[in-house]
Amino acid sequence: MDLDLMINSIPKLLSATVITLKLLSASLFFGLFVGLLFAILRMNKNIFINKFAYGYSYVFRGTPLLVQIFIIYFGLGQIEYLRSTFLWVILKEPYWCAIIAFTLNTGAYTSEILRSAFQTIKPGIIEAGKSLGISNKIIFYKIQIPIAIRQSLPAYGNEIILMMKGTSLASTVTLMDLTGVAKYIISTTFKPIEVFIVAGGIYLFMTFLIHNLIKYLEKKYSF
Amino acid sequence: MNKLKIFGMGIIISLFLSITSNAETIKIGTEGAYPPWNSKDASGNLIGFEVELANELCAIMKAECTIVEQDWDGMIPALLMRKFDAIMAGMSITAERQKTITFSQGYADEVASLAVMKGSSLEGMDTPEGINLTLGGGDVKKALKTLTGALAGKTVCVQTATIHQNFLDSGDVGKVNVRTYKTQDEVNLDLASGRCDAALAAAVAFTDYAEKSGKPVVLVGPTFSGGAFGNGVGVGIRQGGDDTIGKRDAKLLKDFNKAIDKARKQGIISKLAIKHFGFDASM
Repeated sequence: MDLDLMINSIPKLLSATVITLKLLSASLFFGLFVGLLFAILRMNKNIFINKFAYGYSYVFRGTPLLVQIFIIYFGLGQIEYLRSTFLWVILKEPYWCAIIAFTLNTGAYTSEILRSAFQTIKPGIIEAGKSLGISNKIIFYKIQIPIAIRQSLPAYGNEIILMMKGTSLASTVTLMDLTGVAKYIISTTFKPIEVFIVAGGIYLFMTFLIHNLIKYLEKKYSF
Repeated sequence: MNKLKIFGMGIIISLFLSITSNAETIKIGTEGAYPPWNSKDASGNLIGFEVELANELCAIMKAECTIVEQDWDGMIPALLMRKFDAIMAGMSITAERQKTITFSQGYADEVASLAVMKGSSLEGMDTPEGINLTLGGGDVKKALKTLTGALAGKTVCVQTATIHQNFLDSGDVGKVNVRTYKTQDEVNLDLASGRCDAALAAAVAFTDYAEKSGKPVVLVGPTFSGGAFGNGVGVGIRQGGDDTIGKRDAKLLKDFNKAIDKARKQGIISKLAIKHFGFDASM
C-alpha cells in the first residue's frame, strides 16, 4: 500500500468530484422533468401516446447506459449531415453528450417511479377532492403530485444513487470526472488499488450523503 | 444432495487444473486495438505484427505461449498483478515506465506524428520532416516553437497513458487542450467527426486508419522520436527479484533478449515489419 500516493491523490480526486456532481445534478434536474412528462403521458388514454411513452422507458431501461452514451457520443458523431446543423454545437461537446445520455436514462426510470406512485393513490382521495368541488387541475397539482412525490421518495433516492454511480461512465467519453481522473493518476503511477480505494471512498461518501438526505425528507414529509 | 456435492467438487477440481496447467506457459499480454502493431480480425482473433512476432519468439525459445488481450490503460497493472508475464503491445521503452517494469531490447521502432483531417488550418506547417527530441538543437527548438504557436487553443486527442500523452503533458508544445481516449480507434473516430482539431499517435496508426476507412486523414508537422517518445518498442517484463518468481522473471528477460537477437539475425523481425508496416520498422 502506497499511503503517500493515496493522500496525494485526494485533492486531485476531490476537484474532479466537482465535475461528477455537476453531471449528476444537471441530469437529475432535466431527468425529473422528462420523467414527470413521460409519467403523465403513460397515464394518457390515447393508445399512441401511451405506447410511445412506454416504448421510451422500455428502450432506455432495457439497454446499458454505456451503450446509450456511446451511441449518443460516437454514433451521432459519425452522421455527416448532423455535423452541419446547429445540433453539432451541443453534440460536439462530450459534456453535453453525457448529460443528454444520463438525462434520457434517468428520465426513463423516473417516469416509471412516478407512474407507479400515481397509481398507488387511492381513488377515494381524488373522489373526496371532487366531492368538495375542487377542479381536476387543482386536484392534480395540489393532491396527486405531492402524494406521488412522497410515495416515490424511497425509490427515487435509489435512482439518485444509481445515477451518481452511473456518471462514472462519463470518463469513457473523455470527461475528467472522478473516475476519469482516477484512471489518469493510475496511468502515470500504475497503482490501481490505492487510487481506486480513494475514489471508491469518495463515491461511498456521496452515497452516504444522498441516502441521509432522502431519509430526512421521508421523515419530514411522512403522513 | 450427493449430485450437488460431486458437481461442486468437479468445479473446484477443474478450476485447480486450469490454474496448474498454465504454470509452465508464457502468457503474453497485448491490446488488440492498435493496428498494425496488434489488432483483431473480424472474428475476434488477435492478429498483427506483434502477435506474429510473439509466436516466432516463442518458437525460438521453444516455449509454449498464449497471447491474452488486455485493455491498454490496465496493461502495466495487469503485468504487475501477474495476469500475464510479458507485454507486447507497441509499448515504447521510456524512463517513466522503467521505474515500474523492465524492458527487453527494442524489437521495432517507428515515429509518431500529428494527424488532421484534410482542409485543416494546421496543414502546411513549416517544420523539418522529422525531429529527434534527444538530439535537440536549433532545428528542434524552432520546430517546437512553430508547433506551440499552431496548436495554441486547439484540442489534440491521444490515447490515454501513451508516450503521445506524456509529450503533450510535458509542455514542450505549450498548453494544448489534451483529450484522452481509451483506444486509438476512438481517437480516430473523433478526429474524423471533427471533435479533435488534431490527433497524435504512431504515424502508421493514422495511415492504417486512412487506408482502411477511406477518410481523408493526413499527417502534418514533423515526425517525432527520442525524448518523451522513448527508445523503440520492447517486451515489457516484471522487474526481477531474488525469490522464485523474481528469478523466473529475470530469466524470462534474458530469454526474450536472446530470442530477439536470433530473430533479428535470421531476418524474421524485418520480414514481419515489412509485411505489416510496409517498411522495415525493425531495430
